[in-house]
Amino acid sequence: MTGNRNPLIDGLLKLHIALCLIFIFAPIAGSFVFSLNSDRFPSLPLGSFSTEWYRLIWEDPLVWAGFFNTLLVGACVAAIATLLGFGGAYTDFRYKFFGKTAYLALALLPPTIPVVIMGLAMLAFLSRVSLSGNVVSVIIAHGVMCSPFAMAIIRLRLSQMDPDLEAAAWNLGGNEWVTMRHVIIPFTKPAIYAALFITMAVSFDEFAVAWFVSGLNETLPVKVLGFLQGQVSPRINAIGSLAFVSSISFIVIAQLLMRNPDTKTP
Amino acid sequence: MLDTPIVHFDNVVKRFGSFTAVEKADFQIARGEFLAIMGSSGCGKTTTLRMLAGLEDPTEGSILLDGEQINGKPTWERDTPMVWQSLALFPFLTVQENVEFSLKMRKVPKAERRERARKWLDRLDILEFADRNISQLSGGQRQRVALARSLVTEPKILLLDEPLSALDAHLKVRMQSVLSSLQKDLGITFVYVTHSMSEAFSMADRVVIMSRGKIEQIGTPEEIYREPHNRFVADFLGSSNVFSGRLASDGSSVWTVKAEHAAFTVKAPAELQRAPGANVAFAVSSENMSLAPAGASCTGNCVEAVVVGGEFAGASATVFLETDQGQELKVQKGHDELKSVDIRAGQKLLVHWLPEHCHVLPGE
Repeated sequence: MTGNRNPLIDGLLKLHIALCLIFIFAPIAGSFVFSLNSDRFPSLPLGSFSTEWYRLIWEDPLVWAGFFNTLLVGACVAAIATLLGFGGAYTDFRYKFFGKTAYLALALLPPTIPVVIMGLAMLAFLSRVSLSGNVVSVIIAHGVMCSPFAMAIIRLRLSQMDPDLEAAAWNLGGNEWVTMRHVIIPFTKPAIYAALFITMAVSFDEFAVAWFVSGLNETLPVKVLGFLQGQVSPRINAIGSLAFVSSISFIVIAQLLMRNPDTKTP
Repeated sequence: MLDTPIVHFDNVVKRFGSFTAVEKADFQIARGEFLAIMGSSGCGKTTTLRMLAGLEDPTEGSILLDGEQINGKPTWERDTPMVWQSLALFPFLTVQENVEFSLKMRKVPKAERRERARKWLDRLDILEFADRNISQLSGGQRQRVALARSLVTEPKILLLDEPLSALDAHLKVRMQSVLSSLQKDLGITFVYVTHSMSEAFSMADRVVIMSRGKIEQIGTPEEIYREPHNRFVADFLGSSNVFSGRLASDGSSVWTVKAEHAAFTVKAPAELQRAPGANVAFAVSSENMSLAPAGASCTGNCVEAVVVGGEFAGASATVFLETDQGQELKVQKGHDELKSVDIRAGQKLLVHWLPEHCHVLPGE
């Protein structure tokens, strides 16, 4: 260690990070622990180890229905949002036009709108066009919310591209579509995969908007609220733990994909 | 057909908004010629090349490739491959796949693609790197990949946009000779854009000098060097001293030009008529000027000047002087010839040269 570093400040900073991480992850860890506890209520001391709650949710058709809805919505949203996000990012990369700043601001705006307002607005609009209360409505609403994330990720990747690369491909005989397929998409591929996983994770966890527009076709987070309103059951802990594991896996995969592949050692 | 030029720029103008990037470019490129387009940055040389490649459209005028008007024809339908300043190699493809790219675009079958790419990799001495990634290659090797990628379709013309600017000096010289011999062996037309005079003059058959969108002179390196068309070209080459004045008398073999400093005797140009009293400018190559101690007897043309500095590099030395009128002069001499004069800064010397070494600038 060099003499420029004060061990006291160093230690305090490390403690600070540790406390932050504990603050964030303790409730999640708690949920994990209690999901494997035989007691009916989450209290100390712990009872015996049990997978009873996992067995109960495994056997509950309502949980499965919610899970499949979530999965279906997540997969569709990932595909739609990534496609829209790619279009938005490529437009920004390729074209200069009047009002581009406004276009970018509008395209990246949805995540800044409070979710309750977004949910209400979506409900009002979708019921007006007779699309509310089913899986499609959740897909539309989540698609709107997730495409800016996809766009941001793909934009970042395109900004690392040599601007001559596309023109070089045209010059070598590829028309615009062929160049898109053979140059732009291969170059942005890691970002495209990352966008698929991130948008899927966002859709997986999103509760508020889904609550407004899903009607009877509830996604898992909406279903969890239903459980909580009826009775406090450790099944919630089991569902929560599983949801956390799947979401964090998507994020980790996305992060791994987003590392710049050009700097990767072969 | 062989007599028609491969490229004809017919009064081509390119404007970006109110900015004129290229002004009335009107020239031809001969088949099999190595043409360099030279100028400082922003002079329109790259825009000219990009118009030929089909990456920009001319605002006015037309461009003919092989006798066919190609305005508006997209770049992917032209066979005008370009070697880019940034090289623009595809980082997600291997060396071999990069070279195969344009064949793949032309739907050449896989086996033939592979064979043709390997032939070019071999020709450019990079066959051993065929399966490597671009990121594993050195600058010079990447340069060769870029060349192979553009040449693999065996085009009639190759466009090069400052391809050597990223290389270090040693490698630059190596690649220059690779390019020259490649062009001679293949016999295809090279159009080479550069800001470097040494690159242009050492490789090209003809050089186009551009400044602020205008073509200042087109000619062989020797023509341009010996007979610069105007003051811009003479200054750009940096090896001449330019004097201007009024024509006092126009004899059949010599002119007398009255300048601020003195009256100079100038060899009369063969194909140029000027009325007495007209403005005349002439250039004298810095190698053709000599130095003598102040007060020495004068032969030919003489001017007194004070030494302001010098550069001593290689076989010759350059002495910078300033006349009483404030004009800067440059004299380039071998070290032996400079022994007889004192060239310390502040010394007053006599600069002299012969009338036949004066070249009247026809464009002034």
